[in-house]
Amino acid sequence: MIKKFDKKDEESGSGSNPFQHLEKSAVLQEARIFNETPINPRRCLHILTKIIYLLNQGEHFGTTEATEAFFAMTRLFQSNDQTLRRMCYLTIKEMANISEDVIIVTSSLTKDMTGKEDVYRGPAIRALCRITDTTMLQAIERYMKQAIVDKVPSVSSSALVSSLHMVKMSYDVVKRWVNEAQEAASSDNIMVQYHALGLLYHLRKNDRLAVTKMLNKFTKSGLKSPFAYCMLIRIASKLLDETEGGHDSPLFDFIESCLRNKNEMVVYEAASAIVHMPNCTARELAPAVSVLQLFCSSPKAALRYAAVRTLNKVAMKHPSAVTACNLDLENLITDSNRSIATLAITTLLKTGSESSVDRLMKQISSFVSEISDEFKVVVVQAISALCQKYPRKHSVMMNFLSNMLRDDGGFEYKRAIVDCIISIIEENPESKETGLAHLCEFIEDCEHTVLATKILHLLGKEGPRTPQPSKYIRFIFNRVVLESEAVRAAAVSALAKFGAQNDDLLPSVLVLMQRCMMDSDDEVRDRATFYMNVLQQKQKALNAAYIFNGLSVSIPGLEKSLHQYTLEPSEKPFDMKTVPLATTPITEQKTEIAPVATSKLPEKLAPSRQDIYQEQLASIPEFQGLGPLFKSSEPVQLTEAETEYVVRCVKHTFARHMVFQFDCTNTLNDQLLQKVIVQMEPSEAYEVIHYIPAASLPYSQPGSCYTLVRLPDDDPTAVSCTFSCTMKYLVRDCDPNTGEPDDDGYDDEYVLEDLEVTVADHIQKVLKPNFGAAWEEVGDEFEKEETFALASVRTLDEAVGNIISFLGMQPCERSDKVPENKNSHVLFLAGVFRGGHDVLVRARLALADGVTMQVTVRSSEETVVDVILASVG
Amino acid sequence: MDRQFNLITIMPVLILDNDGDRLYAKYYDDTYPTVKEQKAFEKNIFNKTHRTDSEIALLEGLTVVYKSNIDLFFYVIGSSHENELMLMAVLNCLFDSLSQMLRKNVERRALLENMEGLFLAVDEIVDGGVILESDPQQVVHRVALRGDDVPLTEQTVTQVLQSAKEQIKWSLLR
Repeated sequence: MIKKFDKKDEESGSGSNPFQHLEKSAVLQEARIFNETPINPRRCLHILTKIIYLLNQGEHFGTTEATEAFFAMTRLFQSNDQTLRRMCYLTIKEMANISEDVIIVTSSLTKDMTGKEDVYRGPAIRALCRITDTTMLQAIERYMKQAIVDKVPSVSSSALVSSLHMVKMSYDVVKRWVNEAQEAASSDNIMVQYHALGLLYHLRKNDRLAVTKMLNKFTKSGLKSPFAYCMLIRIASKLLDETEGGHDSPLFDFIESCLRNKNEMVVYEAASAIVHMPNCTARELAPAVSVLQLFCSSPKAALRYAAVRTLNKVAMKHPSAVTACNLDLENLITDSNRSIATLAITTLLKTGSESSVDRLMKQISSFVSEISDEFKVVVVQAISALCQKYPRKHSVMMNFLSNMLRDDGGFEYKRAIVDCIISIIEENPESKETGLAHLCEFIEDCEHTVLATKILHLLGKEGPRTPQPSKYIRFIFNRVVLESEAVRAAAVSALAKFGAQNDDLLPSVLVLMQRCMMDSDDEVRDRATFYMNVLQQKQKALNAAYIFNGLSVSIPGLEKSLHQYTLEPSEKPFDMKTVPLATTPITEQKTEIAPVATSKLPEKLAPSRQDIYQEQLASIPEFQGLGPLFKSSEPVQLTEAETEYVVRCVKHTFARHMVFQFDCTNTLNDQLLQKVIVQMEPSEAYEVIHYIPAASLPYSQPGSCYTLVRLPDDDPTAVSCTFSCTMKYLVRDCDPNTGEPDDDGYDDEYVLEDLEVTVADHIQKVLKPNFGAAWEEVGDEFEKEETFALASVRTLDEAVGNIISFLGMQPCERSDKVPENKNSHVLFLAGVFRGGHDVLVRARLALADGVTMQVTVRSSEETVVDVILASVG
Repeated sequence: MDRQFNLITIMPVLILDNDGDRLYAKYYDDTYPTVKEQKAFEKNIFNKTHRTDSEIALLEGLTVVYKSNIDLFFYVIGSSHENELMLMAVLNCLFDSLSQMLRKNVERRALLENMEGLFLAVDEIVDGGVILESDPQQVVHRVALRGDDVPLTEQTVTQVLQSAKEQIKWSLLR
């Protein structure tokens, strides 16, 4: 019947799909013939194929119907038709998670895996391991061990790969098969070798010594399998990375020797491994680069792609190393595979000279619409890097970017362009106006709220300082009329900044604000009303505090404080100064310029490091009543890297106290440390109040102990202090294998390096987007000025870096970047001193035989000014 | 990174027809957990690749190696950190195995008539994302489809004509 139907269907027209109109229920109905005797292998095979086809198309099978079909299928084991049997294995694997009681086929599969038919054994092992669990695995352990060392490659491979899949679930069982895996690794079959190596590594990966031994053995004996070689290279480079082994190590030599392997796959893997090693010198890179260069002219697209993609990576850090390949890359810019062409061009943009930029840009714009968004982002990032290298080319780039901005593209792509334009504007003041004009045009028709608000924010920041601020008002106000709430609100904030900075625009801005106050959205109305009232006061200080420089507190911190305040209402008004400050993010790390996998994780607003510390400290009863955490320092190492105990310290500053958090790790597996404290001897009038020990410190499990110190009240200028630190503890020897400690222990101590507290620990970084306004706001009541000579410093860059790290303040207005070929520079720093006093520093630097520095400090509190000047001197 | 040390190399293996519809898809991990996401991914891949014959691309952060023949599109997909040549080895092995099994007649119709062969072949090439075998000879040998598929002489005249017509049509269209 079915056969006939199929025939008819086949003849009824071209391209017919015998599976097209399959109905799950009809197929399951047909599956009843599984129960007929004798079994008709052809028909049953056809039905099983249909079932798997349906599963493959994503058809959903309910548990009951799946179980029913599964049980019917088990009857087919009575037939000896090979293909039918193999399809049964597949069905078992496909249904393992859908059907119930799949383990009933265990005995049939065990029979097949140990039987005479080699065609059955491999697949039976894989099907069996798919449905087995740890207890059952022990029952078949004997057979698995035999299968691993079986001389039939498909059996051995199947057993090895299945073991690898089982490691996660049944590590303790599988690890007993290491000897068999070892034996399989010396097999002649290339796949068996590869699978055995994979399993061996997995069983030994936590034992570095064993991995090293294994590597030595295989690198010496040599392997036949290219796959296994690739795996060895990966293991070797991971080991190099972990041990921070120098590049003179035998591991590196091994990887380099693989560059001369016969197989392209291995050569490429080795080249890629070398390129991805951190701190490789140009000389070490050279052999890798030259094999990649050869691949560039391969007839295989995949090889050209792999080569040029890797060269692109090299070009990011070592453009000069790739220059030798420029000619080969030039040949690829017209490659029919657009991915290859794009990568070639972006690589050339990094390595080529300034004169080739125009030509390359023209080439790429001819096919930019054909490439995928991922590569468009690569192009944009290359342009961004180029602008930093050749600032004079910004007009070409800007044109190109604005054309790209007009094209279709997804959010990531548009965001990359906008970010790139913004960074050009920030780097090159002369490109500001054209850049802003392009962005204005873009927001006229922009569907991405995030980008529109970002651009409006930028317009608010930069627009008022351009020669013709009025021309931006129209663009901004159009947003108020046309866009969604979030964009309207951002537009209102931008407008306010124009009003605050440009007196002649103020009346018009006020009129526009008045219209915004009738907006349908709460947030927009609130903002408009707020700005309206602030602007009407016409006071510089108010403008600075409420329009230019927003809140500098941590938002989660503010939320928590306000919640606390509403729980315990008091007469006192809420004090902003009790809220922990936001730790300014370290200047955006340049995202790696490569088509890296775009992470799919939604961007969460992760609590900052400091918020986490705040939480941890607040849970310790001794530290309640210290007030909000003011600042947490970066961890300081107090021991050498490879010692018995590893200790690092984080300094937490509070209004009148400091808490030192010591994160200790015990690296001795035969010791258990208990009651660990770090005793501190201050050099100044600092007073140690309390030690909180870490109760116990077993091998390799980090623990923390704390020391609470009171800052000297009577002398507020004593901001720096040196502590000598000693770790004290009770040692209990223990068995390295079981971790069982002896009954009694003895006291011991361990001297740590000295810990310094400096002025930077008392100042929190705060970014003032508009430094000038903030400077005026603080006023000159407590202004002090002094001049210093920094004799040991040779360049302005170095001086700027030193000052910033010494004071621990936030550079504003991008003043941390010293323009090239200048003899003088002004550095603006902003911060908040412990206790909540704003402090601003303006340092004028002049270069002449060392650096001369004139420091002007302003603050709302006199002692703070003194502290800073005293510590600089 | 960790998956590379599990030997897990392949994310999905796909075969689409020339409308971009799924003929075969096997996903070895949870990058695209639902059928809806999988189909959307397949559509996207097909749209980006069916017009060009360029063998390799980077899409949705994944390395895609592909090959088309008459009215079939074969895809092997792995992480962007994966060795592209390993993915290529799998693609070639799959294609060559099928080519042998279908007697060089790698097109939609022949494939659909031998779906069980395809299922078994992929099962021999990749297991849970690990490359199990890369030699097409071995794969064909292990699948061991016995001669119960219709030999050429027994194909009906219409069938032969049909497939000849299609081949000509496609060679003109390409």
